[in-house]
Amino acid sequence: MNRRLDFPILSNRPDLHYLDSAATSQKPRVVLDAITDFYENSNANPHRGAYALSVEATDRYDGARKRVAQFVGLGDSDCLIFTRGTTESINLVASAYGRANVGEGDEIVITALEHHANFVPWQQLAIEKKARLRICDLTEDHRIDLDCLSGLINAKTKIVAINHVSNALGTINPVRDIVGIVRERSDAIVVCDGAQGVPHLPVGFDELGVDFYAFSGHKMCGPMGIGGLLGRRDILESMPPYQMGGDMIEFVYDETTTWNVLPHKFEAGTPNAANAVGLAAAADYLDSIGMDNVLRHERVLMSEAHERLSQVEGIRIYGPQPSLRSGVVSFTIADVHPHDLATILDGDGVCIRAGHHCAQPLMRRLDVPATARASFYVYNDSSDIDALVEGVMRAKEIFGHVGV
Amino acid sequence: MSASERSAQIQGLYQEMILDHYRRPRNKGEIPDADETIVMKNPLCGDEITVQIRYDGDSVADIGFSGRGCSISQASASMMTQLVKGRNLEEIESLRGRFRDMVMGTENAADDKSLGSLRALSGVSKFPARVKCALLAWDALTEGVRRRS
Repeated sequence: MNRRLDFPILSNRPDLHYLDSAATSQKPRVVLDAITDFYENSNANPHRGAYALSVEATDRYDGARKRVAQFVGLGDSDCLIFTRGTTESINLVASAYGRANVGEGDEIVITALEHHANFVPWQQLAIEKKARLRICDLTEDHRIDLDCLSGLINAKTKIVAINHVSNALGTINPVRDIVGIVRERSDAIVVCDGAQGVPHLPVGFDELGVDFYAFSGHKMCGPMGIGGLLGRRDILESMPPYQMGGDMIEFVYDETTTWNVLPHKFEAGTPNAANAVGLAAAADYLDSIGMDNVLRHERVLMSEAHERLSQVEGIRIYGPQPSLRSGVVSFTIADVHPHDLATILDGDGVCIRAGHHCAQPLMRRLDVPATARASFYVYNDSSDIDALVEGVMRAKEIFGHVGV
Repeated sequence: MSASERSAQIQGLYQEMILDHYRRPRNKGEIPDADETIVMKNPLCGDEITVQIRYDGDSVADIGFSGRGCSISQASASMMTQLVKGRNLEEIESLRGRFRDMVMGTENAADDKSLGSLRALSGVSKFPARVKCALLAWDALTEGVRRRS
């Protein structure tokens, strides 16, 4: 089945080989239609008006929350906070939970495999609170070194923040095992960056065991500007609010304010209702394929790309073996800088990411300034890999026998 | 844009002279007794370049660069060091402005013969994502000149 037809941009640009879905996915017609339908038929400010249209808008927004919660395996949908995306979700935890619970001498543990969004908020929290940031090393095949992680976690550890799937390398991390290690050694909470998890594999928050899980809508066929934070009810209820404003309050007095219940306590201001509806439509779309099938499809493509690229002289592919990765191939070719490669591929309509993938600490450990990254999703097929490999060969040809 | 037009643009970008400077960068390495050492980063890609300058009055007596980067940033740095050696700060500022105009695609800027070998980089103007690569070494030099004056 050709899923390209589900995506208007891919129908409109038949020559496009979009291999940058780890940055943002394309959007299927059903998602675009759901957003338009909300604005054309149901638009009003949710939770405010005493009239039927506002009630309808509220119902659609609340319905979207239930649908998305179901998609990520969260039974208590009040514990899904809609945010702008993964970055805001993690900042919410660092800011609201972190400031209230981390103090001088405490420790925060992250890994060398983190995106800046799951690195910098913790680093800055540690600086602010005079806490210690500890960074877990990687194994030689670029997985989180669980022995190292065990050694870093102790009674002082307050927060452990890890990614579910590495955006830079595609490494799928054993989140449940990590939770086990953390629980054994500390009372720390576990925060999981699921930006590359939810779009690419089945996620069941209630079974995963983490305390917080952050994700973005735009990487899972949904619109930009919406995502979520999943949290445990007891922790969310005990936390102070993140932003102050309308909707998140219960009563406001001259001197004091009481907070609204979950999820509203963490959703100040007019909610992003239309995009929540779009995100729910994205969940419907992905469920119509089946997340097991999404993962299988990506793996088939990634394995094929891995195998074909492996045969290119001078190539180095990062990350563990394909069976431990999602649909990402991150690589360098001797003497051809990733930026040059991306420019040459762009000439053939092939979109890849070249750069540090918002993971400069990881790049430093890999001892490269940048890698080229091809990432696959539901609409890709073998023809995209053909174009990728052809472009790589063309780049090698242009650069000839450059010996730098 | 057709595939052949795009292909021609790629050819125009990766001219032999660029690849030659990438393969055999000139003035690469540390220079002794440098008056200024400027580190410049391209936050888009993480590339980093270090430019070192030794002055003789208000002229650049010696200049070198180090760091890793793409062919465009390395070739641009290599050609820049060749061209500015021995020139005074005023001449360098003028050259920089005209080079910048060229890579930004300002009309007729690429016809300026006084840009010499730098004209090999005129193809960059067709690739907005690569302009920063071409300017990285020049930004470092400008910072050095600013500190001097």
